[in-house]
Formats: sequence, C-alpha cells, structure tokens
Amino acid sequence: MTSARANPEMLSALDRPGSYIGKTVPRPNLDRLMQGRGLYVSDIELPRMAHVVFLRSPHAHAKINGIEASTAKQMPGVIAVVSGRELSTVITPWVGVLSHLKGLKSAPQSAIAVDRVCWQGEAVAAVVASSRAQAEDAAELVSIEYEELDAVTDMRTALDPATAVIHASLGDNLAFERNHDAGAVDQAFAESDEVVEADFVFGRHTGVTLEPRAVVADWNAAEARLTIYQGTQAPHMVQNIAALHLGLKESQVRVVCKDVGGSFGIKVHIYADEMATYALSKLLRRPVKFVADRVESFNTDIHARDHRCKGKIGVNRDGTITAFEIDDLTGIGPYSMYPRTSAIEANQVVNLVGGPYATRNYRARARVVFQNKNVMCQYRAVGHPIACSVTEGLVDMAAMKIGMDPIEIRRRNLIADNAYPCASPSGLRFEQLSHHAALAKLTGMMDYDALRVEQAALRTRNIHRGIGIASFIEVTNPSAAFYGVGGAKISSQDGVAVRLDAQGSVICQTSITEQGQGSESLTAQIVGSVLGVSMDRVRVILGDTDNTPYGGGTWASRGAGIGGEAALQATKVLRKNILDVAAAILQAAPGELDIVNNAVVNAADSAPRIELGELARIVYFRPDTLPPGIQAELMAARHFVPREYPFAFTNGIQASWLEVDIDTGFVKLLKHWVVEDCGTIINPQLVDEQIRGGVVQGLGAALFEKCVYDERGQLTNANMADYLVPMSGEMPDIDVGHVVSPTMESELGAKGAGEAGTAGAAAAVTNAVNDALRPFGTIITEIPLTPQVVLTALGRI
Amino acid sequence: MTAAVAISLSVNGERVEANVLPRLNLADFLREHLKLTGTHVGCEHGVCGACTVRVNGDIVRSCLMLAVQTHNATVETIEGLSDSGEIADLQSAFRERNALQCGFCTPGMLMAAHDLLKQSPSLDREQIREHLSGNYCRCTGYQAIVDAIETTARARSGRLP
Repeated sequence: MTSARANPEMLSALDRPGSYIGKTVPRPNLDRLMQGRGLYVSDIELPRMAHVVFLRSPHAHAKINGIEASTAKQMPGVIAVVSGRELSTVITPWVGVLSHLKGLKSAPQSAIAVDRVCWQGEAVAAVVASSRAQAEDAAELVSIEYEELDAVTDMRTALDPATAVIHASLGDNLAFERNHDAGAVDQAFAESDEVVEADFVFGRHTGVTLEPRAVVADWNAAEARLTIYQGTQAPHMVQNIAALHLGLKESQVRVVCKDVGGSFGIKVHIYADEMATYALSKLLRRPVKFVADRVESFNTDIHARDHRCKGKIGVNRDGTITAFEIDDLTGIGPYSMYPRTSAIEANQVVNLVGGPYATRNYRARARVVFQNKNVMCQYRAVGHPIACSVTEGLVDMAAMKIGMDPIEIRRRNLIADNAYPCASPSGLRFEQLSHHAALAKLTGMMDYDALRVEQAALRTRNIHRGIGIASFIEVTNPSAAFYGVGGAKISSQDGVAVRLDAQGSVICQTSITEQGQGSESLTAQIVGSVLGVSMDRVRVILGDTDNTPYGGGTWASRGAGIGGEAALQATKVLRKNILDVAAAILQAAPGELDIVNNAVVNAADSAPRIELGELARIVYFRPDTLPPGIQAELMAARHFVPREYPFAFTNGIQASWLEVDIDTGFVKLLKHWVVEDCGTIINPQLVDEQIRGGVVQGLGAALFEKCVYDERGQLTNANMADYLVPMSGEMPDIDVGHVVSPTMESELGAKGAGEAGTAGAAAAVTNAVNDALRPFGTIITEIPLTPQVVLTALGRI
Repeated sequence: MTAAVAISLSVNGERVEANVLPRLNLADFLREHLKLTGTHVGCEHGVCGACTVRVNGDIVRSCLMLAVQTHNATVETIEGLSDSGEIADLQSAFRERNALQCGFCTPGMLMAAHDLLKQSPSLDREQIREHLSGNYCRCTGYQAIVDAIETTARARSGRLP
C-alpha cells in the first residue's frame, strides 16, 4: 500500500491511549431492548389515531370492475373506505427507474391499485377504523368485482411473443438488459483445455423481518406538516419521496425512526401501502397506523433473488482460469420498485461475477423481466449471492474437471495481494484486497488438510461429508455512483454534529440509522476516542430528519465507513475548538494541551488542567470571564462521502463443513468459517456478529427459504409454518477471522461488513454438498437445497 | 359479535380487572389494553416466539392464548421479569455477548432461555439450541444467544466458564 493518509499528523483516534477503536465494548441502550422498553413503530399510539387495513387482491392479474363498500362504511368504528382512485386525489403515482441504468423501464404505480391489479397481494382498497379489529371486520364486507386476466408467472417465457404483455404501454415484458464483453472471450474458450457449463437456479425468497413493516403517518393540518414514524433505513429518502408525491415541501415532512425490528434491505424501500398510509393521513386529517400482518409481509415485502443463470468457465490443465461467461435472467414482479429500482441486483450480478479472479476475459448478459408476482428488489447482499454462487460453483467444477483441489485452483487464480490498485474485467476498481491472505488464514482456521483426511475416513463408513469453499468480493461504502448519478434523491454523504453540553458530556447527532447493527455504538466509540471522553458520556441521536444532519442512512454496508468518518472528522473539529478555549482559560498554547479521560491535560506529562465539565460551565455560564475576542464553539459538524473510489470493495472467503444424508436428502451443517477484510475494525464483536447474522441469512437461502408460487401466480406458502427460516437447532457455530486492509480514502479506514456473510454462505454450502456427493457423480446447481432437490439429484425420487 | 367478558388476573404482580371480547388474544390484551409493549407480535400464528410470556409459571405463546383464558391466572411479561431482577444475570450475559441486534425477538428469547435455565442448571449447546428452536431471530444467527445462555448456565450452577 503506497498511498499516504490525508492527515498523518492527526491520526489520533486509532492510537490514543484509552481509544475505543478496535475494542469490544457493549452497545449502549441494550437494556432498553432487553427490558421490553424499546419503541418500535408497532408500539406507537397517538391521540385520534386510526388504523388502516388493506384489502388485497386474491388474483395475480385482474381488472377491477367495481368496489362495493356501503355496508362496510356503516360498521362500528369505520371512518372511511378508500379506493385507489379516491386516494389519487392526494398522492401521485411513481415510476421506478434510474437514468444510469440505461434502458430500464417500468410503468406508473399507484399507492392503491386503480382499475387493475398486477400481483396477488396488491392493495385494492383501504379500510380505516378506530381499531384494527374493527377495520378487519369491515373489510370482510367490502365486495370487489374482479375480471381475471392472464398472469405472467414464468420468467423463462415472459419474453415470448405468445406471452401477454403486462404493461401494454411498455411494449414488452423486458424491464432491463445489460450486456458486457471484456477481453477476448471466444478466443479464450477456444484455446482452453477444458470448458465447463452449468445452469444455476436461485429460489425467490424474502427478508422475514421479525417486526413486520409498520408506519404511523400523522398529518397535522394546522401545522401543514406530516410526521412519519417508520422503521426505515433511510429517513431522508422517505422524507423526499413522501413530500414529492403528496405535493409538499421536504420541510413539511418529518421522518422519525425509533427502534426497528429488523431491516436487511426490506425496510430501505418505500412501499405502495406505506405511501397509501401517508396519503390517508392527509386525506383524513388524523394519524393513521399501518402494521402489516405476517401474510401481508410475505405477499408485499420485497422478494429477492429468483435468478436463472447460465454459466461457463474455461480452464487450462495447469489450473489457469481463462474466461467466465454468464447469461442471467431474473423476474422482478410487475413494477420496478421505487426509488431504488429492481434492476440493481441483476446489474450487480454482471458487476461481480469472476470478481475475485485474475482473468481478463468476461462476457455477461443480464435480463430483467416483469411478472405477475410480488415486487422484487434489493435485499441484504444484493446480487452477491448469485454472482458468488455462479462464480464459485464454476470454479469448483473447473477444478473437478482437471482434478485439482478447490483450494489450489483458487490459489492459482485469485488476484495477487500485491496487484492493487487494479480493476476487474467488469470495470470495478479495487483499492486493496487480500484474497490470498484470507485464503491462507481460512485453511489454517479450519485445518483444511486434517478435514480432508477425516472426510476420506468417514467416506469409507458411508458417511458423506463435504467441504465447500467460496471466495467473494463485497460492495461497501457506495458513493453517489450507486443512486445519485441516476437521479435518485438518495444521499451518499452522511453528516455528524457533535457538541459538548453544559456538564461536559457529548451529544452527537448522526444521519446514519440503527437497526441493531451497532450504529450508536460505533459512533460513540469514535467520538469518545477522538475527543478523549468516556463512551458513557456520549449520547447518540439518530433516526429523525428534524434532529440529525442530512444523510443517507444505514444500508449497502455504509454506516461505519461513511457515517463513522463523518463522526471522526466532526469530533476532530470539536476537539480543536475545546483546546482553543482551554488554552485561553489556562493561558497555554493549544498544542501543549490534550484531552484525556474527560479532562484537559498537559500533553507532555498528562497532568490534569481542567475538567471538561468545568470548561463547559465557564463557556456557557461565565463567558464574561474569557479573554476578549474569544467566542467558544462547542459544537461542530462535518460530512463525508467517498470521492476517489465509487465503492470500497472488501473481500473474504467462507468455508462450509456439512453432512448429506443420502437416504433422506437432509443436509446437516456442522461448521462454518469466514475470513473477511473490512479494513479498520471499530468493534470486533459487532463486526463478527454482523458476519454471523449475515451468514445465517445466506444459509437460509441455501437450504430452506423459497417463496413458492403456483402457475397462476398464487403464493402458496405465505406463512412462517410453511416458509422455513433458519432456527437455532439447524444452525452451526461460525468461526470468524479477519485480515485488515484499511481504505486510504478515509482517516478511519473502515469499510463495510454487513453483507459479507450473506454474500458467500450459499456458495460455500452448495460447493460442500457437491463435494459430499462427489462419489455419486452428480452436481446440484439449485438452491434452496431441499431434501427433494438432493434426492432428485441422487436419482432416488 | 359476542359481548365482553369480565376477567380478573394478576399481571406482573398487579391485580387487573378487565372486560374483554372473547376473541381477543393475550398478546393484544397485554399490548393494547395494558400497554405492556415489551411482548412483541411477530407472526400471529405461534411460530416465531416473539410473544412468549409466562402464565402460571409456564411459558406460552400469547398470540395463541385468549385473554379470557387468563381469568384467575398469573401472567408475567418481560417488564415484570426485568423489574423483579429475576433475569438480571441473563440480561447481563446477553449485553456482554451482544446476543441481540434489533431486539425484537429478545423479550421472547429471554423468556424461553430463562425457562430452560430453570428446568436444568447444566446445559450443553445442543440442548440450548433445541430449546430455542421455537424462537426466531433474524439478526444474530443464534450463536451469540447460545453463548450467553451457556455462560449464564455455568454461572448459575457455580461452574467456571
């Protein structure tokens, strides 16, 4: 690494005595959540608050010929029954496109369907009543006349001329297509010793946040102001969109985000029913609350993945990978989601396939098609599990073809650790990755060679265990290249304001949000370390557009890297300001002073000079005693956005050790390992827990989770008894290790860690299952790896 | 609609008299009538465990029990167990191990874990994982939760970690 840090002389936060950086400290405010004293949106009640229940389409595609609600309107407690057309007087429709995704198209979507429904679960009418139970009672009496239309359900035939076009104005069912061609792919395949091809299938699954989506919208007509209480990852984005479609100024919309019961990308979007709730509050001039029930969650929370990807790899007998080629197809439901669009995942697949490897030859096509199923959009590790599973599956198949060990083929092809900075064949720029260091660490942690010996010994006893390896890269710290350049008003910069209160404690307002990752903790750790105060003196305020700086929020593994750097820079300014005042009070030079353990001390001998509380008392209550001309500024704000690299790529590698029961098809996970490199680690425990949680979401996709639709577009398992999620009994212990390559783009050096676990888990498991099944001569390239899939591959059913 | 029914019960040691519709489930009664919002509703069909409370000493899914069934019963929620200090050691272990992220499953998880710890002071990880297999956590991946419960089990049975 040759780049120099921006301000080497000020590199205090990381090295100061008493620094919290790199230390495991408990998160502030956990007691509140453990004692049942949190405040989730579902807990919020306001005076005059009404509850909305949505009537939802039972059909995947149908015309709405009539809505009869006169009986429902007479039911006890009912305030209003509102159709899509009636609601359209207060809210405008939207189209989920971004200009940098060239050719992406979608149709106007309304908060509540007007004239036509396009998926089973789309809202058709809203029933507002004094209680949810009353609204549900009345909803049963609303009669809606549908005329069923042909439903487009199979993405493979969505583009056939014989298939109905969902939105006639768009001409066809193709939402987006991207083609990429780098190097000399055809020549590389022609000259390769071996070429391997496979078709990969990824089930549609969803986020299953334990707290369903919920919103309380409070239009105060007297103030002409809308307050939205919502568990969102991006409060300022919600503010912008709500204002835009309700005809308000952003200053008329406040978004408040208290505790959030799980997000993972599910709550980074804006859903039609949430827009409808904002609009209903404005229409009815009172607070309106919407809390999705579990069936609604399955039918309307964004789904993810649902890809079919053809993959091809060329390899020489010495193990050199010569080329990758993919042809990816994904179905996204009837609309591109708003405002982040539903083309990002396919775009990421094109970006990321082959990313860890040195070959320059890469061709890709990705097509995104409309269907009459629930909307699909960005969920944790957007595109990464697809790209990683395709790439790592192909690499393992190539290794198998030439008889090379999976570790060895990776060692021969991963980009060298001293090759950076460099770019991938898809044009991604890598500042500094550490694939080989990670590989070496992983094989040590798992004792790879011993595991192979154990595997062979068990094989003789008809016990079929497998080892699966998956290298990956992860997009973190996105700059404006992600959304801003495409015209979306989604901030890529974040801001932090930090101030000393009158007793010497610190109040810090940040634009990143907390959904359990530890945003509060990492912010307090950084502020405390840079300033020289103890963490318990730092209070972090987030999740309120009225009371934080403007910024993006917490998504795409950006909170620590971007919001953390803003906190560092703001606190440096506050520290300087404090030392300037202290120097005036103490008749010293600022450079002779330091702040340690909540007090100003001599830099030279650490002798205490003045407590921060006493300094604040003088500044706030006896400024008359300060020397003439001194105006103390005990508050500072700074913002940060990466400018040099569009994304701070991280890397890592995962391994799975599992056993396949060839009689039942069940896969038992025995152990999982991860080595990843997120740069500077602010809190090792929080990073490890992000990795573990992410891995388990990937394991769910690998083994259990699938939204099962029938041919008519009916979701057949929209409940937690039939849609399986990972529970404690099936999950393995996960060992996590790190390599540390800080990004030079910030003083903090932190990159993201939130999605690394999810990126590679399914690939590692699939490769392990195929390793276990090697004696049976079968390869599975479909997830989830249900017993049915395994037994089918084994020819047993 | 059937008329409201009078019920009398103890909730976290306090006497509660209420008139409730027969269809009202215990989770909604606790949350909406008594404002005990620490009991969470996740799936409303008895799968996720977020609404776990204690009724007459046994843990139950409060979304699967009707409020009228708690007439003359003793109900304890996360607020009660926290205020009494009964699970303070378990909460401390959860805090130290970061065994919660979003915290939505945590009240139910603590209820289930404490129930297991009361049943048996010596536990291995498999037993812990098995007992918690009715409590869904989407954030942690469970390992930190298992660790925290294992630590508490050791401490309660006087074994060193």
